[in-house]
Amino acid sequence: MPVDEKKNVSARKATIAVLVDNEPGVLARVVGLFSGRGYNIDSLTVNEVDASAGLSRITIVTSGTEMVIVQILAQLQRIVPVHRVCDFVTQGLHVERELALVKVASSGDKRVEALRIADIFRARVVDSTIGSFVFEITGSLDKISAFVDLMRPLGLVDVSRTGVAAISRGPDPI
Amino acid sequence: MTDKQMTGSEILVKVLQDLGVDVIFGYPGGAVLPIYDALCQQNSLRHILVRQEGAAVHAAEGYARSTGKVGVVLVTSGPGATNCVTGLADAWMDSVPVVCLTGQVPTHLIGNDAFQEADTVGITRPCTKHNYLVKDVGDLARIIREAFLVAASGRPGPVVVDLPKDVVTAAAAYTRPSSPMQHPSYNPRLKGDHERISEAVDLLAGARQPLIYAGGGIINSGPAASQLLTNLVNMTGIPTTLTLMGLGALPASNRNFIGMVGMHGSLEANMCMHDCDVMLCVGARFDDRVTGRTDAFSPDSHKIHIDIDASSINKNIHVDVPIIGDCGYVLEHFIKLWKSRQARCDGDALDRWWTRIDEWRQRKSFSYKPSDTLIKPQLALEVLNRHTSGRDDVYITTEVGQHQMWAAQFLHFEKPNHWMTSGGLGTMGYGLPAALGVQIAHPDALVIDVAGEASILMNMQEMSTLAQYRLPVKAFILNNRWMGMVRQWQEFFFGGRYSESYMDSLPDFVKLAEAYGAVGLRATTPDELEAVVEEMIATPRAVIADIVVDPDENVYPMIPAGAAHNQVTMSPDEEVVLDQAHREEGMVLV
Ligand SMILES: Cc1cc2nc3c(=O)[nH]c(=O)nc-3n(C[C@H](O)[C@H](O)[C@H](O)COP(=O)(O)OP(=O)(O)OC[C@H]3O[C@@H](n4cnc5c(N)ncnc54)[C@H](O)[C@@H]3O)c2cc1C
Ligand SMILES: Cc1ncc(C[n+]2csc(CCOP(=O)(O)OP(=O)(O)O)c2C)c(N)n1
Repeated sequence: MPVDEKKNVSARKATIAVLVDNEPGVLARVVGLFSGRGYNIDSLTVNEVDASAGLSRITIVTSGTEMVIVQILAQLQRIVPVHRVCDFVTQGLHVERELALVKVASSGDKRVEALRIADIFRARVVDSTIGSFVFEITGSLDKISAFVDLMRPLGLVDVSRTGVAAISRGPDPI
Repeated sequence: MTDKQMTGSEILVKVLQDLGVDVIFGYPGGAVLPIYDALCQQNSLRHILVRQEGAAVHAAEGYARSTGKVGVVLVTSGPGATNCVTGLADAWMDSVPVVCLTGQVPTHLIGNDAFQEADTVGITRPCTKHNYLVKDVGDLARIIREAFLVAASGRPGPVVVDLPKDVVTAAAAYTRPSSPMQHPSYNPRLKGDHERISEAVDLLAGARQPLIYAGGGIINSGPAASQLLTNLVNMTGIPTTLTLMGLGALPASNRNFIGMVGMHGSLEANMCMHDCDVMLCVGARFDDRVTGRTDAFSPDSHKIHIDIDASSINKNIHVDVPIIGDCGYVLEHFIKLWKSRQARCDGDALDRWWTRIDEWRQRKSFSYKPSDTLIKPQLALEVLNRHTSGRDDVYITTEVGQHQMWAAQFLHFEKPNHWMTSGGLGTMGYGLPAALGVQIAHPDALVIDVAGEASILMNMQEMSTLAQYRLPVKAFILNNRWMGMVRQWQEFFFGGRYSESYMDSLPDFVKLAEAYGAVGLRATTPDELEAVVEEMIATPRAVIADIVVDPDENVYPMIPAGAAHNQVTMSPDEEVVLDQAHREEGMVLV
């Protein structure tokens, strides 16, 4: 069987954690791999997670056919400063969260309604002026998207999303 | 010697010496002057001054591929480094171990658009296995060692180390490490999974129409892997094909060798690929030049794939039994199991398979129409082959184009590491500098660049390097006055509209040779050929042999891009009819 995306092989989403040496250029290596080989990046987060070991964790959400995803994992593994690569879908259960800051400017009923919905979504107000709020909301991608959609008619001004952070369930690392 | 303060340049030279480096191909410039200053004050590292930095990388590739050692390059910042990009991309595609040391502006100027500054690490990131910017002289020795480890181990490849000028002038203590280097994250897998190997043995033993398809990975692994492959082939009697990069991995004279596979491979190899029921792929990567149309590629076979790089597996073609590991290790274990299980393929079935293969063989797919008046390029190579076979000190490099394919078809390689060609990137201009590098590594050998007249002009300046170091490289130009491969595609796929493919105003190659202090020879008719080849080989100096060949000859057989393996065009009198969709699909392929 040829590896050909056009041939109706269904695509899936993948959330991938990549443990890398926290050195200059390492993010460029990972991102360059995706752009150079034509893979999608739906979400990307990166930060140092172990300062003493000098390790950073990159979390990437991507999509592709099973063969493309496997290829992405193999390509990532090939990068010299990459320590570990983990695809959460094949590695079992995991938790995914994203944080967003959502700015809404409105007055009167709309302002009240925005606050009410924020309460339902457990979003916190982290900044408030006479005419605006900034909400902080944490949750799954879907939850954040739903919240943002609801804020749209209520004076949504801007959204800043962190991208997905993911971690496996249970006592083991990754 | 421990803890003595040394400059970065001195440390660099010391580490290279400790690593056993004996030759550097390079070109000086401002940013690397301190390194050049250290180089001229020692004797064990020999520096070969090329005439353009790109040629230094190809020379290092030739050196590496013909010795199995790492090729080393030293160039200056900015244009010195950017001139290397093609060679690095070439080494990357063909898995050649090269360490390229580039000068860089001082660290405090990086990012300022300083004189001769280029973001070398950024530019070379996608065409190297890894690269480094050294920011502290204290890291220099470790990074150089690491660069060699990365370049040479696992799936080999090019590594760039960018060296700012202040780093190589700063001082640090240098200690030679006592133990070999361990890398915290880089750890290529060498031993294949034993269960998989066992599965593979059973699968192959059950085959009725088996095929071994081996490639450059065998060459990368080293001569032992070639020996193991040969043993396996001899033990099992399985027909075996090689890729362009794998030629020499199995002796061409082995009776189970059925020729090169792929677009310009033999009919029998491609028909076997198409019709086999079990394919054992060893160190080859299912390149599109080999697979042709992927949805029609070997449709009925179960496939075993041995490769050191997991990303080569299931990239283009789905395989049933993947084995990740060094093909040397894996073949050794495979053979052990095969023997201990007393495995063998069904003899009758194998005989029938060979009967079919012999029928394909009898069609003599590399045959051509001889001529009394024009030198056929194939004839020129047959004559060359006759005069070089039987010697084991012959190394062939090529440029890119028709002549490259004919060389692959008509020259026979009995051993690995004697055939250097640019397969993955297809870089015109590779052959002459690669031959230079080979000749440096094997001073007494007969090193021949089988060239096209268009390609060789891309790095012609290296004739001057040959002169300086008295390297007796032979440039054997199959001069058809065309970019032949381009002309062939225009003839087949673009209605014979020969847009910009004629090589007008070519130099007189005999005079050009003389201008470079080399010997120029020319053959224009078949009866002159023999004598020119003999004289070329007998001349103990650099030679350009201008072999004026039939300008209209095409490479056959050919699987047109977009076609399947059983849709081979055998000769000009026979054209494969592709349906419109596949023809269009083929048109967009390269
Ligand atoms: C004009 C032109 C025409 C061409 N036509 C043809 C053609 O007709 N036929 C053809 O075959 N090629 C042809 N090529 C070359 C083609 O483009 C590819 O370069 C070639 O097919 C690749 O060879 P390979 O599969 O052996 O892989 P290589 O590029 O040599 O790769 C080696 C593989 O082995 C693996 N490997 C490396 N080291 C080891 C190890 N120690 N153990 C196990 N695995 C290892 C690597 O990971 C990789 O997957 C042509 C090129 C040009 C320029
Ligand atoms: C650097 C580079 N530019 C362009 C090409 C495209 N190309 C492939 S073969 C070829 C023609 C080569 O002509 P020549 O060297 O005369 O060899 P011939 O095919 O005639 O044997 C060209 C232009 C290439 N492979 N490399």
